[in-house]
Amino acid sequence: MLRCERLTKSFDGVQALADIQLALPSSGIIAIIGPNGAGKTTLFNVITGILRPNFGKTFLGDKDITSLQPHLIARLGVARTFQDLRFMRQVSVSDNVMLARPNQRGENFFYALTRIGVAKEEAVNRSVCMDLIRFVGLEDKADRLAGELSYGQQKLLTLACCIATGARILLLDEPVAGVYPEMIEHILDFLLKLKVQDKLIVLVEHDLTAVRRVADQVIVMDEGHIIAEGPPVEVLARPEIMEAYVG
Amino acid sequence: MTYLLHVATMIVIYTMLACSLNLLAGYCGLVSIAHAAFYGFGAYVGALLAIRFGCDLLVEMACVTLVVGMVALLVGWPALRILDDYFVLVTFALQAIAFGVFNNCVSLTGGPLGLPGIPPPSLLGWRVSTHLGFLGLTSLFCMITLAFSFLLVRSPIGRILVCVREDEVFAKVLGKDVVRVKISLFMISACFAAVAGVIYAHYTTFIDPTSFTINESIFVISIVIIGGAGSLSGPIVGAVILVTLPEVLRFAGLPSDIAANSRQIIYGTVIVVMMMFRPQGLLGKYRFER
Repeated sequence: MLRCERLTKSFDGVQALADIQLALPSSGIIAIIGPNGAGKTTLFNVITGILRPNFGKTFLGDKDITSLQPHLIARLGVARTFQDLRFMRQVSVSDNVMLARPNQRGENFFYALTRIGVAKEEAVNRSVCMDLIRFVGLEDKADRLAGELSYGQQKLLTLACCIATGARILLLDEPVAGVYPEMIEHILDFLLKLKVQDKLIVLVEHDLTAVRRVADQVIVMDEGHIIAEGPPVEVLARPEIMEAYVG
Repeated sequence: MTYLLHVATMIVIYTMLACSLNLLAGYCGLVSIAHAAFYGFGAYVGALLAIRFGCDLLVEMACVTLVVGMVALLVGWPALRILDDYFVLVTFALQAIAFGVFNNCVSLTGGPLGLPGIPPPSLLGWRVSTHLGFLGLTSLFCMITLAFSFLLVRSPIGRILVCVREDEVFAKVLGKDVVRVKISLFMISACFAAVAGVIYAHYTTFIDPTSFTINESIFVISIVIIGGAGSLSGPIVGAVILVTLPEVLRFAGLPSDIAANSRQIIYGTVIVVMMMFRPQGLLGKYRFER
């Protein structure tokens, strides 16, 4: 479904991605692990159009998405979260999630001004978003400003926004880092439920316990290269992988 | 009474200008220095249509929004595809160019001598020539501007505007076409400024380039900042304060040359104090990062 062919990206001589060949399945949970600077986040940035590769291509099905703008890639069903959390801090939690809903009629200037069909659609979207907010456990914070949430709650909010887009492919950058243990369990259960919904979840994660628990496949990166991939039980048992990972 | 009606009319005109700039700067976080340029384009195009062709006010406004919308599109298309910092510089350049055109295109604008003899406007047969009539006309268009802003910011597109202000990348990865929204908003904001310019030209019956300098742009930005950026009522309060302040000083008994300078000092002081103690403005909700 999502395929990268010979992706290469460098910054001032530092090679962040080196000839990456990747073919991901249409559903399941894939974990990308590796030490800091391995190129994991750069890979996400290139796939989502935030960065352009120096060489190589990215395909979604048969469609070449390498040179598409980020919003067009998102509209094709690729959503993501960021390591440095991105959301609207001075806006309520519910409005953050509402923003993420796709193809809203009121996002067109004509309909925004005439209000034709907007109220009805807003009601439907609000109901969907409240379900999501309830699902991530933020229902009592729905009307609070997003910037007032704790770090863990903000992570949940970005996750809710990502899911609210209705995307089939979710790229999650460290979804459980900095989150307290009970919340980690909650998030992992949530990811497993999404997997059942036939979504492809790709997560960059340092928490190997979490990776072992949810991932169907692990991809190990180091210095811009993919050095190993396979089932977690197999890959994480290899001493040379752990050596490269721990350093 | 005439004097009070004049002050009220000027408050309403500046409310229109501030409200249109607030859409762009307050909600979307895009500061334009060219608002006086669009105000001026509106005034000159409207005045020329009225003087040479005796057009109805609605025809003038249709032509003005078309011309100014095209100018905003031509400027905004390249400028808004790059960083917002460059957008400020591009609008600064546009303001300088516009002043140059108003001042030097003598055959069309009258140059430094300006355009005198602008006739009273005619709106669908209603000839507006009294101060009260002008206040009513200006208030009508101001209400339209306010209603437009209200509908826009309270709709799903309003959420995109706020998201562009807070975190543009977040909006993009959620599938929102940020560039299209920014260009459209720049055009809308410019068109409302131009409509205010048309009314101003008819009201004063005379326009010259000094009414559309960069100082005028800064004055409108000050109204937005002091009233409260990103708030619907902020521009109204800001316009009331900054338009009436010089009028109050007029009665302080100061010599005219000192009064003129003291106004600038007071404006500057008010803005510095606001930036220090209430950066979101009197009624603003959005706190700009320091």
